[in-house]
Amino acid sequence: MIYLDNSATTPLDPEVFKSMEPYFLEEFGNASTFYKLGREARKALEIARENVAALIGANPQEIIFTSGGTESDNMAIKGTAYRWKNKGKHIITSVIEHPAVEETCRYLEKNGFEVTYLPVYEEGLVRVEDVKEAIRDDTILITIMQANNEIGTIQPIAEIGKITSEKGIYFHTDAVQSVGKIPVKVEDLNVNLLSLSSHKLNGPKGVGALYIKKGTILEPLIHGGGHERGLRPGTENIPGIVGLGKACELARTHLDENIKQLTALREQLIAGVLGEIEESYLNGDHEKRLPNNAHFRFSGIEGESLVLHLDAKGIAASTGSACSSKSLEPSHVLMALGMEEVDAHGSLRLSLGKNITSDDVEFTIKAIKDSVNLLRSMSPLWNKN
Amino acid sequence: MYTEKVMDHFSNPRNVGEIPDADGEGTVGNPTCGDLMTIYIKVKDDVIEDIKFKTFGCGAAIATSSMVTELAIGKTVDEALQISRNDVADALDGLPPVKMHCSNLAADALQAAIEDYKKKQAEKE
Repeated sequence: MIYLDNSATTPLDPEVFKSMEPYFLEEFGNASTFYKLGREARKALEIARENVAALIGANPQEIIFTSGGTESDNMAIKGTAYRWKNKGKHIITSVIEHPAVEETCRYLEKNGFEVTYLPVYEEGLVRVEDVKEAIRDDTILITIMQANNEIGTIQPIAEIGKITSEKGIYFHTDAVQSVGKIPVKVEDLNVNLLSLSSHKLNGPKGVGALYIKKGTILEPLIHGGGHERGLRPGTENIPGIVGLGKACELARTHLDENIKQLTALREQLIAGVLGEIEESYLNGDHEKRLPNNAHFRFSGIEGESLVLHLDAKGIAASTGSACSSKSLEPSHVLMALGMEEVDAHGSLRLSLGKNITSDDVEFTIKAIKDSVNLLRSMSPLWNKN
Repeated sequence: MYTEKVMDHFSNPRNVGEIPDADGEGTVGNPTCGDLMTIYIKVKDDVIEDIKFKTFGCGAAIATSSMVTELAIGKTVDEALQISRNDVADALDGLPPVKMHCSNLAADALQAAIEDYKKKQAEKE
């Protein structure tokens, strides 16, 4: 199988798996206990925290472990809103956020907050001047993703962070797709809050983290035993957290070579598809894009059929985000680019990852071409046969 | 999520194409919803002797188009008019619930093609 859906999830790195193994059977201690077993668990927890912090240039004390990206986003957004509701009720976000951010904002809207959704234009990018214009006296939070989960476009987070830090507005970024894929340094980005997820960087599922800049104060969403500075109580998921730590360590060590390798494969894929298939297009800005993301649209065909044909040829790909594949609505991200619905339906997301070779990319280009031609031959919207 | 029969008809669709001198032609769906299909029929002595389709859409849209052509061929136009969306879904051993409404349009396209045929017959008389 050629796995090209790494934006949905990534395979667990065998080295990560190995690092987790002892914490299921032998080292099963509760990190809040004081005998040796508990101390070992605590030690493992703190080493993992250091590794997560090192990957994003944070202090270990600024990392809170969560169950994943969705929880981190909820904690950052609702935690800010609840803590600072007396200061203001206005939140700024973009129209292409992951549902974990978008739905959280919609929920807050129903509960007395006001949300501004910034546009992204044809290239899929938020404009800094739009952020400036949207800021009001009662703005308490800006939340904008670093890289989009469908089209992979990278937003101008550092530029926005400059504005928010000057104005003293909390700034959160959902960096679930970007951490481990591009250099991410919280100091350069000037963010208060940053969400990341383990299973997007070859770590285990069910664990993630929220970076909370020193001095940034959130209201906790759940209450209990005081773990994770009282912000996220509950006995820690030690095997998962150890796995996340190892995945971050590996991502940091191999970041430069991974970027180089993935970018080369992505360029081969984009050049091949656009060159070989007529009326094929790349969605989203080409340059400001994750090294592992290629998102195409093809006139005259529908994306799910294409994904099924590719599946039959041993290629795992996606029509957009896996989260929206159960609904039949065209992707809200593609619609935000100003695309016609019929074109949005004809889109394909390929996200590269570990173990993909240049030969795999060549095979994929040919498979896409054959499948697109076959589907076009039976499409009433394609009259060029 | 799809049955083996759906995958069979999706992967090896029967009766794909157009009939240039069709006796009836019906198009349903809307590309903005992600599904559009046209069915062409050739009728002799009130019997559907040839049927072809062209479809833009998801796996279910293509499979139901293919299946409806198999169900209709050899039937009289009045028999074929009785083929319902549920008949098509049942013949495919079922469709995912989310696809029952949007992508299960093939029976409608067949009905539209038969109505077109009947209208043309009436005009001739």
